[in-house]
Amino acid sequence: MSQLDTRNYDKFVSTETIDGEIATLNLGPTHPATHGVFQNVMKVDGERIISSEPTIGYIHRAFEKLAERRPYNQITPITDRLNYCSSPINNLGWHMTVEKLADIHVPKKVDYMRVIIMELARIADHLVCNSVIGVDTGALTGFTYVFQEREKIYEMYEEVCGARLTTNIGRIGGFEREFSPVFMAKLKKFLKEFHIKFQEFDNLLTRNRIFMDRVIKAGPISAEKAISYGFTGPNLRAAGVDYDVRVMNPYSSYEDFDFIIPVGQDGDTYDRFIVRQEEIRQSLSIIQQALDGMPEGAHHADVPAFYLPPKEEVYRSMEALIYHFKIVMGETPIPVGEVYHAVEGANGELGYYLISDGGRTPYRLHFRRPCFIYYQAYPEMVKGAMLSDAILTMSSMNVIAGELDA
Amino acid sequence: MSMAELNNENVLKALTDAFGDAILHSEMQFGMLNVEIPADRNLDIIGWLKSNESLKMEFLTDLCAVHYPEQKGRELAVVYHLHCWTKNYRMRIKCFVSAQKPEIASLTGLYNAANWMERETFDFYGVQFSGHPDLRRILNMDEMDYHPLLKQYALEDETRDDKDDSFFGR
Repeated sequence: MSQLDTRNYDKFVSTETIDGEIATLNLGPTHPATHGVFQNVMKVDGERIISSEPTIGYIHRAFEKLAERRPYNQITPITDRLNYCSSPINNLGWHMTVEKLADIHVPKKVDYMRVIIMELARIADHLVCNSVIGVDTGALTGFTYVFQEREKIYEMYEEVCGARLTTNIGRIGGFEREFSPVFMAKLKKFLKEFHIKFQEFDNLLTRNRIFMDRVIKAGPISAEKAISYGFTGPNLRAAGVDYDVRVMNPYSSYEDFDFIIPVGQDGDTYDRFIVRQEEIRQSLSIIQQALDGMPEGAHHADVPAFYLPPKEEVYRSMEALIYHFKIVMGETPIPVGEVYHAVEGANGELGYYLISDGGRTPYRLHFRRPCFIYYQAYPEMVKGAMLSDAILTMSSMNVIAGELDA
Repeated sequence: MSMAELNNENVLKALTDAFGDAILHSEMQFGMLNVEIPADRNLDIIGWLKSNESLKMEFLTDLCAVHYPEQKGRELAVVYHLHCWTKNYRMRIKCFVSAQKPEIASLTGLYNAANWMERETFDFYGVQFSGHPDLRRILNMDEMDYHPLLKQYALEDETRDDKDDSFFGR
């Protein structure tokens, strides 16, 4: 058999209807291949998808309503549950939003600490996404390789905040404590060893002929369509647009770091995979830079109205007790105003639109969830594709139910 | 008119020059330009912002609503966040509609992304987007007969008083 032309494999697929019969297939709400709780009602002709109708909202938890009843620091645990594969980015993005509103300037050191945590989260998120693409093509081995590495990242979170998945990491104004020596040792070990394991994973898939034939041209989207559908993050960059919030609107001192924005060309599953692979390498480099250039200073801003005093102070000093009470009860005065702050989440632009009327809780808080916005392109991306490609398209878009439904 | 760089002043001037009275109100909020326009002009003004050669607001970042029950006749604000990527400029557009007749034109013809964002806004606030191809609830169940993010629906049981803010001097 001659060389298989992967860029034009349509000729191998029959376009004729099998007996003219169209079947309805219910993919989800709980299906092992969707990796999350959402449903797709698909009309299929044989294995070819004619139309797809996504239904979402199965894990809708009314976060925006809840946020209208919670003091600012109590909203952080809500943000954990958006994209739960990279909770720290959500947490720290929220802290930065409140800091923008309350005009809190954190020390440079906090910025660098945040960058380290956020890039670790990005690596963890991309590892899940890329290894699951492998799983959905039938290559389970890579998944087991990198999940061991993700575990190490979770151990590092644990060292910083005590939690693994829903991290609630950091505080408004900084971090609750310095990075511990154990964390630093783990991080340095990770930076030294991760790339070896990652290279093994890369060797398994990236230039694997079977994998390439399977994912190239699966679920493509053009740059124009991607922009119109509100794509951001790796999925947009895979389509060839170099938009990255970290570069466009740098926050948390991202302007200090030297990194490139990888872009793809066709916006297909393979490009999304490759973009994420390269972003993992860039994230590693950013972490190394942040570690090398870590400034001296405090691990939090001097904002007693927002940042909890040390516990021993609370028992000893009247002032600390008052601040402690005010923060815990959500009685901290906050300016009136509207602020939009965006961070580059693992899936794209994660925005917080916060309206404050000066009260103890936000008047309105809207999360711009990248998943929710780009998932609406899914029916168009899989139209006419094979059913197995639809599964790949979904996993390579990294649709996370928590972020989708809020 | 060509602008090498977009800033709040020259964007506001361009809008005022082009639409005059339709720019009802403008203010700066934490460095971002907020412009209020009439609800029945949203399509042509945002369409102009999108297609104008020097403004090019080609990316609809966000679309949501806000409920202000005490503002009679303009209870619901529909808020658009636009972003010009080529010149890296963000701005916010607001349209106010009344709670009795919450109608506004859909932006689905301009941005595909508006589709689900408008469905979400309809779901939570009951804003009717005329011209939307498929205005159904998206996150809540179809049988629901109210729009839960409106301020009249208290989050907790109203008979409970242990969480009353008045205990904390409010």
